[in-house]
Amino acid sequence: MTIIAVTSGKGGTGKTTIAVSLALSLENAQLLDADVEEPNCKLFLPIKPSVVAPAEIPIPVIDNEICTHCGKCSESCEYHALANMPFEVLVFEKICHGCGVCSYVCPEKAITESPRKIGEILSGSHNSLLFHYGEMLVGEELATPIITKLKKFEDQTKPFIIYDSPPGSACPMVETVSDADFVIIVGEPTPFGLSDMKIVVETLEKLGKKMGVIINKDGIGNDEMEEFCKAKNIPILLKIPYDVKIAEAYSRGIPLIQAFPEWQTKFVELANKIQEMIKNDS
Amino acid sequence: MTVESPKQLTVISGKGGVGKSSIISALASFMQENIILADADVDAADLYLIFSPEETEKEEFVGGKKAHIHKSLCIECFKCYESCRFDAITEDLVVDPLKCEGCGLCYHVCPVNAITLEDSVSGHLMVSKTRIGTMVHARLTPGEENSGKLVTEVRTRAKEIAVKEQKPLVLVDGSPGIGCPVISSITGADLALIVTEPTISGIHDLNRAVELVKQFRVPFILVVNKSDINDEITAQILQEFGSRALRTFTLPNDLFFTKAMLNKLSVLELEAETEKQAAIQNTLKEISQVIKQLLKIQATK
Repeated sequence: MTIIAVTSGKGGTGKTTIAVSLALSLENAQLLDADVEEPNCKLFLPIKPSVVAPAEIPIPVIDNEICTHCGKCSESCEYHALANMPFEVLVFEKICHGCGVCSYVCPEKAITESPRKIGEILSGSHNSLLFHYGEMLVGEELATPIITKLKKFEDQTKPFIIYDSPPGSACPMVETVSDADFVIIVGEPTPFGLSDMKIVVETLEKLGKKMGVIINKDGIGNDEMEEFCKAKNIPILLKIPYDVKIAEAYSRGIPLIQAFPEWQTKFVELANKIQEMIKNDS
Repeated sequence: MTVESPKQLTVISGKGGVGKSSIISALASFMQENIILADADVDAADLYLIFSPEETEKEEFVGGKKAHIHKSLCIECFKCYESCRFDAITEDLVVDPLKCEGCGLCYHVCPVNAITLEDSVSGHLMVSKTRIGTMVHARLTPGEENSGKLVTEVRTRAKEIAVKEQKPLVLVDGSPGIGCPVISSITGADLALIVTEPTISGIHDLNRAVELVKQFRVPFILVVNKSDINDEITAQILQEFGSRALRTFTLPNDLFFTKAMLNKLSVLELEAETEKQAAIQNTLKEISQVIKQLLKIQATK
């Protein structure tokens, strides 16, 4: 089982394009869309997914009959999610991280926990492709717990597990890649693209991850991204040229390898190359 | 006329890579005498690449706390390891700082007080001089969380500076998505500018972004960028969202934007070479005027 995460730093560089085509090119893979704020993989797949589980955070429920208003719970909450008011303790549900501190510290044992739904995990399949994604409810703050839940649906029998990661380099991306054997960084060769890639590379280096770069929309900007990769010894796995026809097919929700079948062999080669790189390093 | 309460406009998108930073940099350069620019895309800030800021202030940002297990006091009872809900304590009883959420549960459960919670510097806030005026920006240390809190600091600082410098408008560049950092960038904003692109993904994400601004009661104007990639979907977007937005605009796809970026300029600082490029510039100027009208911004200069 090889876990490959597709990240980017900058949004809109082509993570979903690549994750979807990579998963479709492989025999017997699982695709997990961890961009739970805006999950787009489903738009490119002939799958009607259904809900398989809720994503929940345990939030405190205070028994006001037992509560003595000692204030220990609100003092101990690092997120200021509790307010000790004269006649009740208020819980600010959306900023509660579900850490369990308040129920632990309550000297009267007046706090129990109740699950609050913040999103869903959905799934479906097409031929041998197994697909799961997480979707956050609009207005919720925390994406990461939904990603943690999504990861529990990994199918260990699949030879390849592909993650479509959220953009950026903060907590949601870190959670997505934390168990990956290899991380593909999709970049666009422009100043914005390079700046954001450097931040992702720094994060992945901290995590000790093996990585490689795919340059998408090649030709749109300059050579600085390629030079950066060479200087850092990060392999450039593939280059996809800037082509309005590719953008147009994408706009209609058609996967790259469907609109341009000649790319299928390249993605199969990509997966094999990645497996080789993992084997050679260990 | 004194500015006591500057207005705030935030640019968001839902979908990444649709052109938020390119568009806001054009608006900022056009309205420069009346704005403070705030880059709230704290884990992937890009405006510095256009405006080459000279830092005048830099502060540490403490996003939260991290737990630290003091091995000399630890009796290896593993209570912390078993209690942590975020898998942040390894089998060697070491706290993984990238997973630690700083909640303090381990500190509370430890029977021998071997764990302390320490303030964690997870980024920096900067105030800088640029050719278009003052810019407030930030950098979240890679891998960190609490970006929403840093976004709030950026906005608060920008507002303070706007009052100090008597600028009637704060322009905020938001991040992609609809989660915590985006919410922090739109709460209390006077207007949102939502950028989208005419793709299936674009519409999907736009729906969620519009639902978000509706929940937070922020009115919005809509810009369909790269509109000529798919005229059909552009028309569909304008039809579906036209009545919900205060105003709608379209901008065609043109490497003019990339050329400006490569030259460290906004699109309104570059010479238009074709009619299409000139039209793009006119639309951006029109968007600026509409923003001023909607927010009743009277030029202070």
